[in-house]
This record gives sequence, structure tokens and C-alpha cells, in this order.
Amino acid sequence: MLPSFDYIRPKSVQAAITHLATGSAQAHAGGTDLMGCLRERIFPVGKVVSLSGLPELRGVSETADGGLRIGALTALSALSEHPIVIKRFGGLAQAAGEVGSPQLRNQGTLGGNICQKPRCWYYRTDFTCLRKGGGTCFAVDGENQFHCIFGGGGTCFIVHPSDTAPALVALNATARLAGPRGSRDVPLEKFFVLPEVDVQRETVLARGEIVTEIRIPPPVSGTRSSYRKVRARRSWDFALAGVAMALRFDRKRVIDGRVVLSGAAPIPWRSKEVEQIVRGKELTVDVIAAAAKAVTSGAEPLEKNGYKLALFQGMIEEELTLMAASA
Amino acid sequence: MSANPTNGPGGITRRNFLTTVGAGAIGAAVSENALAAGKEVAPPQVTPAGRSVEVALRVNGRTHVVQAETRWTLLHVLREVIGLTGAKPGCERGECGACTVLIDGIPRYACLTLAVEVQGHDVTTLEGLMDGEKLGTVQAAFVEADAFQCGYCTPGQVMAVEGLLRANPNPSVEEIRRGVSGNLCRCGAYQHIFKAAHRAAELKAGK
Ligand SMILES: Cc1cc2nc3c(=O)[nH]c(=O)nc-3n(C[C@H](O)[C@H](O)[C@H](O)COP(=O)(O)OP(=O)(O)OC[C@H]3O[C@@H](n4cnc5c(N)ncnc54)[C@H](O)[C@@H]3O)c2cc1C
Ligand code: FES
Ligand code: FES
Repeated sequence: MLPSFDYIRPKSVQAAITHLATGSAQAHAGGTDLMGCLRERIFPVGKVVSLSGLPELRGVSETADGGLRIGALTALSALSEHPIVIKRFGGLAQAAGEVGSPQLRNQGTLGGNICQKPRCWYYRTDFTCLRKGGGTCFAVDGENQFHCIFGGGGTCFIVHPSDTAPALVALNATARLAGPRGSRDVPLEKFFVLPEVDVQRETVLARGEIVTEIRIPPPVSGTRSSYRKVRARRSWDFALAGVAMALRFDRKRVIDGRVVLSGAAPIPWRSKEVEQIVRGKELTVDVIAAAAKAVTSGAEPLEKNGYKLALFQGMIEEELTLMAASA
Repeated sequence: MSANPTNGPGGITRRNFLTTVGAGAIGAAVSENALAAGKEVAPPQVTPAGRSVEVALRVNGRTHVVQAETRWTLLHVLREVIGLTGAKPGCERGECGACTVLIDGIPRYACLTLAVEVQGHDVTTLEGLMDGEKLGTVQAAFVEADAFQCGYCTPGQVMAVEGLLRANPNPSVEEIRRGVSGNLCRCGAYQHIFKAAHRAAELKAGK
């Protein structure tokens, strides 16, 4: 049985914000992550504020400039099956289609996907770790095979669990937030918070703030995007390693673009090293080999996750080879 | 806590609860009127922790009006309040699929769904696939393909296949695998489950 909570389903975004701004309130979108957090009593939740009475936060539409607007409550299955998303923002369609299982994608939303809580098994169980206000990260010297190789900063070693977040960062998306002090736009790249900045929060969301929509700028012609996820089995699982790419080509040459890793760091992790190697170049075997080697430069594996280095290298090689073949 | 729909928390009956609690009674009365008018019922204000509300659930084409706490899952209400035990509790954390039901024709996990969130939507459970006393098409295909051992995962598998076939009447083997990828089978009956899904598609097409 879940712990008791106050419950409200407001009829306006403003009312939702007001309810979320007080006490230990949590937004409920699809609930696929929140229900687990409640059940395991990971953090106290005094009030659940359901967003399901806000149909205006649902849906995918093209903007006048050819970009995309995605309501935060849009289900992941609706996103991954949307013809425009598949055709013009392929990496995002792929990423949304890689989340969990069909049932989870039918219920889980894009907003919930980028705001979900970490999956570190110490965080998800009875350990009072740094992220829950305790004094220690139990993963550093513990069972850390699924933890990060970048960005731990000597504090907390989670990986960000979202599949869509790296694709959104690669596509240079922006989140529109609404809160007690009005609304603001935050590039997805700046939306996530490293543990060295604040170990107790995953996003820049202030109290009472919600994500209302995601906007993606129109892709410049010649842009191709993709998402690749490696997991331990074929049915649902979180990424051991993943990569989202959005590369802009001029014939066979890469002009510029972004390469963003999942399963690597506490936030979606831009591999500027790979980006720099491919920029301005044709994706020859040599360039691809150099990029694959570069993806792990600066990595700081823990005792049990060193296998991720080879995994990321192999994945970059395969993904860039596919990109080259379709260029 | 009582699963009896007429009892509120602490064994108070709904009627004497309404007459004894001032402000709460107004909220409850409003929701009752909305119900009578056939409108979707959303708690019009905060439902305090532990308080039951009237929840109208449309399950297998029939509306059930139950008293439920807002923290009760759809799985709990289906099984313990309404008495439909087709959906099974397995992991109760979105990992196994035993609790799969259709909501507006789409497969979802009843264990991760709050009952209050389902008001105004159509729920289909395994029982809803029956054709009177006869097994429904997907169920019959599972029997024909011998697609289970212990059978615990089967109701969820059947619902996942039903949802898949409603969206895609002629799925490829790969689409079938993906369609039931949210349903684990401890007995490892997967090959037969894939066959059953294929057979169900044929049966539905009249083959
Ligand atoms: C078994 C299992 C497997 C999973 N596998 C994956 C996977 O492979 N990849 C993956 O990415 N995820 C996975 N998930 C996590 C989760 O299902 C998805 O991330 C899903 O998209 C969450 O969306 P939701 O709408 O259900 O979120 P909710 O559970 O409703 O919310 C999640 C969190 O975000 C907050 N929130 C929700 N919406 C907003 C908003 N608009 N503004 C501000 N805050 C908000 C909530 O308060 C809550 O804290 C898995 C979950 C389970 C249970
Ligand atoms: S009981 Fe719901 S998924 Fe396992
Ligand atoms: S038949 Fe036993 S769990 Fe699937």
C-alpha cells in the first residue's frame, strides 16, 4: 500500500503551480516513476498534484518556423509514433521508443521522463545517501557497475536514467517552465544539475515550477539524428550506455553537431571530444577510430564499471559508421 | 483499512460521515452532483490524506461507483473492491506486466495507476474479453498454442496481446516480441506466447 498523501487534480496550470509551491508536493504526470518513489518512500510526499486535468499540456505540433512543440504531458508512445517526429527528429522518436516497455511508454510522459528520479540502487532503497541528505555516497566503494564514468566529481555517482534527455540535448531543445514567478525558457543542456553544483537536485526546477512544453528548433537541412541504447537484455531496461547524435552534413562532410551520452554521467553528457574530432571531416575509418578512442578521454571509471569504456567506444564506432553509410 | 466500499476510514459509514463533517461534506456533495449529471468527476479541491472519495470507474462497459482512497491503485480497486481478479499483482512496480489492463484500449500497468486517475476512461480487464461463458479470441489462442506453464503471467500477456492487435491487427514476429516486452514470464513460455499472439491475429481475421 502506498503511504497516504493529499491529492488534487487542478484544472489550470496556475492552480497546479500554487499547489506545488507549498509543502512537500510532487507533480504526477504518468506516475510511472512517482508511484515507485512513493511505494519505496524515497522522499516524503505530502501532496500529489495530478497534471492529468490539464489537456493543454498534451500534444505534438509543428511551429510556424518548422520547429516542434511537445506538451510535457505527451505520452512517450505518442511521441515515438508521431509521423513528423519520426521523419524530422528521428533521434527523439527512437529515444522515446527505447524507454521501458510498451505499457510504460503508453503511460509515461516526456515531462516525467526528463524529471524522473535517479535509479541508483542505494538511492532507491533504505540507504541515506548524499542525495537524500546523508553524509556518504555508498556507490563509491560499493556495487557501482551501473554508475557513472563522467561527472561524478567525487560526490554522487548516479547516471541520469532518461533516454529522451540526451536526444533533446543533441537536438538543442528548450524546456518551457511555468512557476510562481512566471515562465522561463531553459535550454535542455542547462536543465540538468551536476552533483558538484547541488547533490540534492537533478534539475533546475524551482519549488512550484513545472515543465509545460519542450520546443525543438527546426533542423537545418542536412541534419541527421539518432539514438542508440545498449542494455543488458532485450526487454525493458535502463541504458548501460547510450548515445544521441544530431549531425549536420554537407554531402559527406560533417559540418557540426552534437554527440550526447546516456548511461555515462549524472546528466546527459555532451562528448565535446567526439564532436571536435568529427567536425569539418568526412567520416572515414580513421576519423571514426579517432572519435571512438576520444569518447572515453577524461573518463574516471569506478571499480566495477570499467567495462563501460569499451562499450562507449564500440558504440561510437558503430553509430558513426551508420551515419557515414547514410550520408 | 477496509476494502468495503460503504465504509470510510475508521469504519465511519459514508452517510454518517457526510452528516458529521462540515466542509468535507460540501466537497463530497459537489462530486455527487457532478456524478448524477454524468460528468467526469475530479476532486474539486484537495482530498486530504486518508480520506475516501467517490470514484466512478467504467470497467468492461459497466460503471462502478466506489469509495476509494486517492492512494489506492487501479489494481487494488479492481481486485479488492470490485472483485475482478483477472489482473494479477506481481512486482507492483511496473516491472512484470502481470497487472496489465487496457485503458481506452491501450495496455497499461494497473499497479502504477491511481484509481482516481482513471475516472472518465474505459478500463478493460481480462474478464472483459470473455464472450459470455466462452473464452475470448486471444484467450482461446493461448490455450491452443499452449502458451503458459504456471499461468500467473497469462492474464497480463493476454491483455498485452489484445492491446497490440487492436493497434496492429497483423503484427510481425518482431512487433509481437516488442508488444509483449513489458510482460515477463518466469516459466519462460515466450516462444509459445509469440505463437499464441500470431494465432490470435489469425483468429481475429477469421482464419
Ligand atoms: C520498470 C521501469 C522501467 C523504466 N525504464 C526506463 C527507461 O528505460 N528509460 C527511461 O528513460 N525511463 C524509464 N523508466 C522511468 C519512467 O517510466 C519514465 O521516465 C517515464 O517517462 C516517466 O514519466 P511519467 O510521466 O510517468 O513521470 P511521473 O512518474 O509522473 O513523474 C516523474 C517525476 O517527474 C516529476 N514531473 C513529472 N512531470 C513533470 C512536469 N511536467 N514538470 C515538473 N516535474 C514533473 C514528478 O513530480 C516526479 O518526480 C522506467 C520505469 C520503470 C518503473
Ligand atoms: S504488478 Fe504491475 S507490472 Fe508487475
Ligand atoms: S506461465 Fe508461469 S510466469 Fe508465465
